[in-house]
Amino acid sequence: MEFLDYLPQVFTWTNLSILVLGTVGGLILGATPGLSPTMAVALLIPFTFQMAPAPALILLGAVYTATVAGGAVSAILVSIPGAPANIATLLDGFPMAKQGRATEALHYCFISSFIGGIIGVFVLIFFTPVLADVALQFGPSELFWVAVLGVTVIGSLGTTSVLKGLFAGAVGLWISTVGYNPVVGEERFVFSEHLTGGINIIAALIGLFAIPQVLAMLEESGHSGAVEMFNMEQHKLLASLRANLARVKALVIGTISGVIVGIIPGAGGQIAGLIAYDQTKKFSREKDRFGKGQPDGVIAAESANNAMVGPSLVPLLTLSVPGSPTAAVLLGGLLINGLFPGPDLFTVHAEVTWTFINSLLVAQVFMLVFGLAISRYSRFVTRIPSHVMAGAVTVLAVFGTYSVQNSMSDVFVMMTLGTAMYFAAKFGFSPAPVVLGVILGPIAETNFLEGKLIAESGDGLLPYFFTGTINVVLVAFCLLSVGYSIFSEVRKLKKQREDTA
Amino acid sequence: MKRVKDVKTKSVWMAVMLGLILPLNVAAEGYPDRPVLVTVAYSPGGATDFQARIVTMMAAQEPYLGQPLVIVNKPGAGGQVGWNWFAQKAKGDGYQLAAYNIPHFIAQSIVFKTKYSVDNLEPIANWGADPAVLIVNKDSQFNTAKELLDFAKQNPGKVTISGAGQFTGHHVAMLQLAKAAGVTFKYIPTKGGVKALQRVLAGDVTAGFNNLSDSYRSRDKLKILAIADLERDKEFLPDVPTFKELGVDVDNSSVNFRGIMAPKGTPPEVIKTLAEKIPPMFQDKKVINKMRAGGSPMRVMNRDEVMAMWTERQAYLADLLKDLKKK
Repeated sequence: MEFLDYLPQVFTWTNLSILVLGTVGGLILGATPGLSPTMAVALLIPFTFQMAPAPALILLGAVYTATVAGGAVSAILVSIPGAPANIATLLDGFPMAKQGRATEALHYCFISSFIGGIIGVFVLIFFTPVLADVALQFGPSELFWVAVLGVTVIGSLGTTSVLKGLFAGAVGLWISTVGYNPVVGEERFVFSEHLTGGINIIAALIGLFAIPQVLAMLEESGHSGAVEMFNMEQHKLLASLRANLARVKALVIGTISGVIVGIIPGAGGQIAGLIAYDQTKKFSREKDRFGKGQPDGVIAAESANNAMVGPSLVPLLTLSVPGSPTAAVLLGGLLINGLFPGPDLFTVHAEVTWTFINSLLVAQVFMLVFGLAISRYSRFVTRIPSHVMAGAVTVLAVFGTYSVQNSMSDVFVMMTLGTAMYFAAKFGFSPAPVVLGVILGPIAETNFLEGKLIAESGDGLLPYFFTGTINVVLVAFCLLSVGYSIFSEVRKLKKQREDTA
Repeated sequence: MKRVKDVKTKSVWMAVMLGLILPLNVAAEGYPDRPVLVTVAYSPGGATDFQARIVTMMAAQEPYLGQPLVIVNKPGAGGQVGWNWFAQKAKGDGYQLAAYNIPHFIAQSIVFKTKYSVDNLEPIANWGADPAVLIVNKDSQFNTAKELLDFAKQNPGKVTISGAGQFTGHHVAMLQLAKAAGVTFKYIPTKGGVKALQRVLAGDVTAGFNNLSDSYRSRDKLKILAIADLERDKEFLPDVPTFKELGVDVDNSSVNFRGIMAPKGTPPEVIKTLAEKIPPMFQDKKVINKMRAGGSPMRVMNRDEVMAMWTERQAYLADLLKDLKKK
């Protein structure tokens, strides 16, 4: 309970105002497409150069927490995930908003983020010594299987047909191979100068999700002439709270997935959200309602991506090995403020360390309060006529894509992918499997290549990838996941045949 | 009358001459009168970006540039995207500079078809130097570099060495060590130095080359066997020998130098101004303190020293990497 001794330090006027600033700013930054938590933290670190260590660390902690939650706002309201971690939130969040349940979706989002986030930080506080070495158990072979497990989810994501889902996923995997491969040091599929840097995940994300929406909006407003945007019912906070807490299964699955994925170095929030979403769907009795505005989807995804925050710092603080891309960026900010990951962390540097961890805890509370407050005003966004909205989303998409690495090439890639997706959507394809392919492709590939190099100078390929407890467990999960998908698909087909007969 | 005419022609000539000279003078005199962009070819938050932001933080102050240096990230393909862009598109007006990483960009320009090379870039000043160190896991059977090399001799192809990506300082150090000791290693390139360090901490690889600063922070879980530099590091690792001391001919060619450069075609006056004002800026007390707090080793070098270093590296790496060319 050592953290309690340092808790009062967070509650000075300066620190509290920094917390408010960091949380509100983080929510806004997170909701801006293209400004992922990783970017937000990276751009903020230079500002902390001029600050004292305690407020600097509090600011970084608050922004990390709030940007992760903020990304859900644009996912739900305008169908652009603020960051890759919010893809799973969008799958049911945006349909909910279309049905006029945007406030409700946002309520679920912030309540679940809070619950997941708090549990995640407690895992960091109480289990750091126990979990420290777990991160190191995940070498190339284990991470390869984690990515494959993610791939097995692709088929069932947001499409009517498994086959179309798999096809879209394969296209995504192919897209991810474009560009320079860091392991072999070769360029692939670079038939245009704009592709030398590969296809940026954020550019693909924004293009695939936002552009088809924009084109659809324009199409609608052209057809009907009348301006019709989904209307909005105000949802009582207490009702949301009760409904949210009643969905224990989604919360538990979400939080556990988030914690586990957080500790695994290099996986990150996007995978946490998607695995949580998929598991919740598989364990749910109302599978058919997923993708059409099922609150469980939002709850699982958001509790997962915020539950990831605390545990992603476990390997960072103990071993200097970051558990997520954002944690990797955070390392620089921690060092410069005197928080040196490693053996002296909880002894010599105890004060700074605990101030930082406590700020994460308190930031969750602020995130909840301000998030819920923002939810009330979401109706103003949804009242915007669709042709105006189309313009606004386009501006956000272009701005967001450009800002990632100041590259016009990314904007071209984003527009091209988006337009292609618009036409593919007409044939029943959905963007989620493509994006998942783009995200998982590099993880599976680089880890396989690294693992192959290591295996070749050791025991050989098969023993390297198929022995060891974690490998075996992960392979079993992959088989289960594939088996279950085939089983449920066959059952569905049978049922359809019986119905038609 | 004739005189008047003479005076007139003379003054016209003077005006023309002045007109030719003045703009150049003005460019150097008033420079810089607006913020200067510095392209960093790596993502925000990486070691190069992080250090670049620290060393440029005092630029807007007098007596330095009086204008801020603004960091713009253009990451991708191990730095190739940003540097290609810089060599091709950056205007040589002194308002577009970039951060360099040696040996990365020189090695890449030798191996790949890049738009940049030492020939179309102008060094300004160097701020940092991070030597590579040879590390093994704390539980490793090897206690000295010699034990590792002996094992590698008896077991060709069995020793794996991790490092941060292809054609980086770590890769060059590995190539040098293999050549000097007459052994073969299997190089495991990872995305970034932290990942490479993780492979050693987890025992996935036999050994690794990594940054001195990062290895020092994890020293309780590692054995640091040797340093690929000309001298020992007296501040952090006084007990770790250099390869030369161990009788292995590995010099400082793999040391990761970081600094600022300009595109070819930048006016000489502007380069002169920058070369005069930037090294003292790197040595500002505030900069030094922040760099030390972040565990980033500094080595400030002026333009002439950097130029000599570039030329030397170019010649050496062209020879070392001649078999790896993909052009």
